[in-house]
Amino acid sequence: MAKELLKGNVAFAEAAVRAGCEAYYGYPITPQTEALEHMAKRMPELGRVFLQAESEVAAINMVYGAACAGVRVMSSSSSPGVSLMMEGLSYIAGSEVPVVLVDIMRGGPGLGNIAPSQGDYNQIVKGGGHGDYRIITLAPATIQELIDLTYEAFDIAEKYRAIVVVLADGSIGQMMEPAELPPMQEVRKREDRAAWSLTGAKGRDPRVITSIYIDPAEEEVFNLQLVEKQKKIEADEVRFRSLLLEDAEIAVVAYGTSGRIAQSSVKHARDEGIKVGLLRPISLYPFPYDEIGKVADQVKRILVVEMSGGQMLDDVRLAVNGKVPVDFYGRMGGMVPLPDEIFEQIQELNKKVNA
Amino acid sequence: MTDKKMVEALIFSKPVSLTDVPTHYCPGCTHGVAHRLIAETIDEMGMRENTVGIAPVGCSVFAYNYFNMDFAEAAHGRAPAMATGFKRVNPDMNVFTYQGDGDLASIGAAEILHAAGRGEMITVIFINNAIYGMTGGQMAPTTIPGQKTTSSPLGRDVETHGFPLKMCEILSQLDGSAYIVRRSLHDAANIRKAKKAVRQAFEVQRQGLGFSMVELLSNCPTNWRMTAQESLNWIGDHMIPVFPLGDFKVHPAIVESKKG
Repeated sequence: MAKELLKGNVAFAEAAVRAGCEAYYGYPITPQTEALEHMAKRMPELGRVFLQAESEVAAINMVYGAACAGVRVMSSSSSPGVSLMMEGLSYIAGSEVPVVLVDIMRGGPGLGNIAPSQGDYNQIVKGGGHGDYRIITLAPATIQELIDLTYEAFDIAEKYRAIVVVLADGSIGQMMEPAELPPMQEVRKREDRAAWSLTGAKGRDPRVITSIYIDPAEEEVFNLQLVEKQKKIEADEVRFRSLLLEDAEIAVVAYGTSGRIAQSSVKHARDEGIKVGLLRPISLYPFPYDEIGKVADQVKRILVVEMSGGQMLDDVRLAVNGKVPVDFYGRMGGMVPLPDEIFEQIQELNKKVNA
Repeated sequence: MTDKKMVEALIFSKPVSLTDVPTHYCPGCTHGVAHRLIAETIDEMGMRENTVGIAPVGCSVFAYNYFNMDFAEAAHGRAPAMATGFKRVNPDMNVFTYQGDGDLASIGAAEILHAAGRGEMITVIFINNAIYGMTGGQMAPTTIPGQKTTSSPLGRDVETHGFPLKMCEILSQLDGSAYIVRRSLHDAANIRKAKKAVRQAFEVQRQGLGFSMVELLSNCPTNWRMTAQESLNWIGDHMIPVFPLGDFKVHPAIVESKKG
């Protein structure tokens, strides 16, 4: 298939359609609404389900209901809407049904604004809802990556019977880039639905999907199962990109839009003779702790760049474990760092490294 | 099944749609009656193998242990949304929620209102016992004026706590609602009427006429601090005057079929 000019929100929605997503439940919120609008048009023409819910609270519970049926289902939203989904996400995690959610982050806290932000890293990567669970979190930096990760998210969610959130920001949702869409998958046939799904107790014992274990000992057994699953995820699903790290003295760690901008800054700094490289985490959970730890063995300083007050920063510090100083540069409130701003930070660090 | 040589005939048995386990419900509670009416109806309609129930948060949180069919457990108040999500991808299945008054009329007020407004093809069994049972007897959105609860110890004062929500009256105003009725479980005659309503509600869903809900006035002897019989009497004496029994919305197609 040829590349076409695609807007991020439309691109991920269409990627989900092509992944065989059978139902979409959502609620309008800027800056992701084009996804909902695309689904409103696209899903009915394919004989699939689109429904605009009365709230994000209802939307995520509709997703939960459809997920119990064993169909591919998703929602998308932006920060304040995702906050409302946290209750449902916790129940979904506790029920182990596969669900895909795309979060196009915007400025906050509160109503904030509709400009790009990475302020919801902790909310998604660290759980957000109540109880012990983790969300597989994938952070694209380009429209192509947004498409590919959304497409694959359905497979990953089903593989682990878990929630996968594609975590991007308003600039990725709103911008247009040439990208290639994946091939169309048909929706799953009814007889192919998973052995745990609710299909009616015909010729078999009833199935129950629930997140309640009233006996603490049973709840702990379930919690331990989730921990075991997390270990598999942490072993097999770490994703990242590295650039120019081979001889680097300084490493920049940044994800999503920040990572993309930092790439320009790193290349600029290289042109100026500064030995700097970039590690861009793509999976935020599981986080590339080991890979960043190895980078910390090699470089003298690490710079974390985020469109937040420093959230992924904590994970980088855990990975670095005090081996080298970790510096931070963040923009907030919907402000996006310019390549020159990050370049100046790299220049400053380079002075310290070579002092 | 019928063997003409047999002298004994089975005339009464536990519905196949109920599991054979003791429930956790308090002695004298009408949840068991409500469960039985649903199970008998599903048996009679031959729908057990094509039914999915959605359990709420509240006393009936473990309803799935008692119904012999596929079940999912919703977050507090969200059963109508969950049922919506499920039904939309399984339009040929029979989907019902079983919800108490705190679940349906308080925390889930938005979800029930919009499920009805959309004419969602689900059936809701609404257990109204005017109190939060599971958490130990707090004021519910349907607690009647003057009723003492642990969070309205001097009795529900409408100046402070407002008035009870009458869900049948509210939901019957919506165009998506096809069958909205209120019945009571406080005596045998009313239980028989309730059974007919439950059957009608599932028929409405089967025929795709729209949203259906049967509100069942129920007791809570434990948290009402009454004997079982006192609590049943209290429904008749105190709840029915506030929540009158009756048909609040009946789709014209049902009326027509009854006439025909």
